[in-house]
Amino acid sequence: MTPTLSLNGTAHIGATRIFGPLSMMAPAGAWTCLLGPSGVGKSTILRLFAGLDEGITFDGDYGASDGGPLMPRVAMMAQDDLLLPWLDVMGNVTLGARMRGERPDHTRARDILARVGLADHAAKPPSALSGGQRQRAALARTLMEDRPIVLLDEPFSALDAQTRARMQRLAGEVLRERTVLHITHDAAEAARLGDQILLMSRDRIDAIAPPEGTSPRAPDAEETLRFEAQLMRRLMADA
Amino acid sequence: MRTIGRSLALIAFFLLLWEGLVIVAGLPRFILPPPSLVAQTLWFSRSLIAEHALITGAEVLIGLVLGAALGFFFAILLATSRTARAILRPALVFSQTVPVFALAPILTLWLGYGLWSKVAMALLIIFFPVTSAFYDALMRTPEGWIGLARVMGANRGRILWHVRIPAALPGFASGLRLATVYAPIGAIIGEWVGASRGLGYLMLLANGRAKIDLMFAALIVLAILTLLLHAAVDRFGRWLSQGRI
Repeated sequence: MTPTLSLNGTAHIGATRIFGPLSMMAPAGAWTCLLGPSGVGKSTILRLFAGLDEGITFDGDYGASDGGPLMPRVAMMAQDDLLLPWLDVMGNVTLGARMRGERPDHTRARDILARVGLADHAAKPPSALSGGQRQRAALARTLMEDRPIVLLDEPFSALDAQTRARMQRLAGEVLRERTVLHITHDAAEAARLGDQILLMSRDRIDAIAPPEGTSPRAPDAEETLRFEAQLMRRLMADA
Repeated sequence: MRTIGRSLALIAFFLLLWEGLVIVAGLPRFILPPPSLVAQTLWFSRSLIAEHALITGAEVLIGLVLGAALGFFFAILLATSRTARAILRPALVFSQTVPVFALAPILTLWLGYGLWSKVAMALLIIFFPVTSAFYDALMRTPEGWIGLARVMGANRGRILWHVRIPAALPGFASGLRLATVYAPIGAIIGEWVGASRGLGYLMLLANGRAKIDLMFAALIVLAILTLLLHAAVDRFGRWLSQGRI
C-alpha cells in the first residue's frame, strides 16, 4: 500500500521557528514538488518524514495516512549522491541490505543497474563515474530499497542541463506509482515532474494546479514551458 | 628515478663535506670519525650490529602492532561512548603531559631489562597519535552518510562497522605513519635506561669506549631501519586509504 504523507504543525530548531503553523499533503502514488526560497524549511519537512528529526521540535502531527510507521517505508536521495567511495557501484547499490544485515540480492541489483543504464559499470568505483552516472547509481540504490515513499532533496540540481533532463525522465519513469516528495528550486523541473506542486513560505503552503499531461512531461512542450513561466512569475512575486 | 638520483647526489655531497671537514680540521676520530671509517666499521662489525638491530627492530615492531591495535580500539570506544569520552579523554590528555622519558626507569623496574620494557615504551609513544588521529576521523563522518544509513534501517553497530570505521581509516593510517617515526625513540630510550642488547645499548657502549665510529654505524642502521619501517607503514596506509580520499 502506498501511503499519503501529511504534516500539520510548527517546527522549531532550538528557539528559532523554522516554519508554521502550516499544513501540507503529498497524495499516495503521486509526485509532489515542493518549491520555495532557501531557508524556508523544506529540508526540515523532508528530515521529519525521513526520521532524521534530531534537534527539530515539532508541534503538531505528521506521518503516513494509514498511521503506520514511516522509517521502514522511506527511501531518500539527495543532491549529494552519498556514494561510499570505498565500495564499487554494485556495493553501493546493495548497501541497504548490508546496513540491515541481510543478504544482498545481486541479481535484482544487476537488473536495476541495467534499468538506469549502468549495466557495464557495476564493478567500477564511484570515482570512475561522471556526475550524471553517479546520480544514476544513487537512483539505482534508491530503487533497490523498493520503498513506497521516496524523498528527493534537489537530487538533480548539480547536474548539467542535458544530464538533468535525462535524469528527470528516468526518475519520473522508474519512481512512478510511489509517493514522491521532491524538493526543488527549479520551476522547469517542477513543471516536468509534478503531479502536485506546492509553494512553501514560512507561514503557508499553497497548492498550484499542475500542467496537463502525466509526468514526466516533455521539457520543451508548450504547456510545460507556459506553466514554468507562470510558476516563475509566482516565485518572483513571493520573493 | 630523478628524485632518487638527486638524493644520492645530496648524500654523496654531504659525505664528501664530512670527510673533508675531518681532514682539514684534523679532528681526532674519537670526536668525529670520517665517514670512510664509519663505513669500514659498519662492514667489519656487521654481524654485531645486525644482532642488536634485530632486537631493536623487534621491540619497535611489537610496540607498533600493540600500540596501533590499542589505539584502534580506544578510538572506537571514545567515538561510540559518551561516558568513555567524559572519563577517558582528560586522562588521555593528562597522560601526554608526563614525558615518556621520565617513565623509562619505572618501566624498566616493573618490566625488567629485557624486551618488554622497551616494547612498553614504544607502545606508550605510539598509542596517543594513533588514538587521537583515528578518533578525530571517526567523529568527522559526513552527516549525509549516517543519515542515509539510518534511513536504510541500520543500527548504531552497523553504521559504525560499514560507514564510520571505513570512512575513518585514512585518519588511522596518518596516525600510524606519525607513530612509526616516533616508535624507535621509545625503544632507544628504553635501551639507554637499562638493557643488555639493542642498538641503543650498543651506541651507549660504543660511546663509553670512545668508539664513535661504531656509534655512528649503529645510528645509521637505526635511521635505515626507521626509514624502511616508515616506507612499509606508508604502503599499508595507502592500501587502507584506497579510494577514500
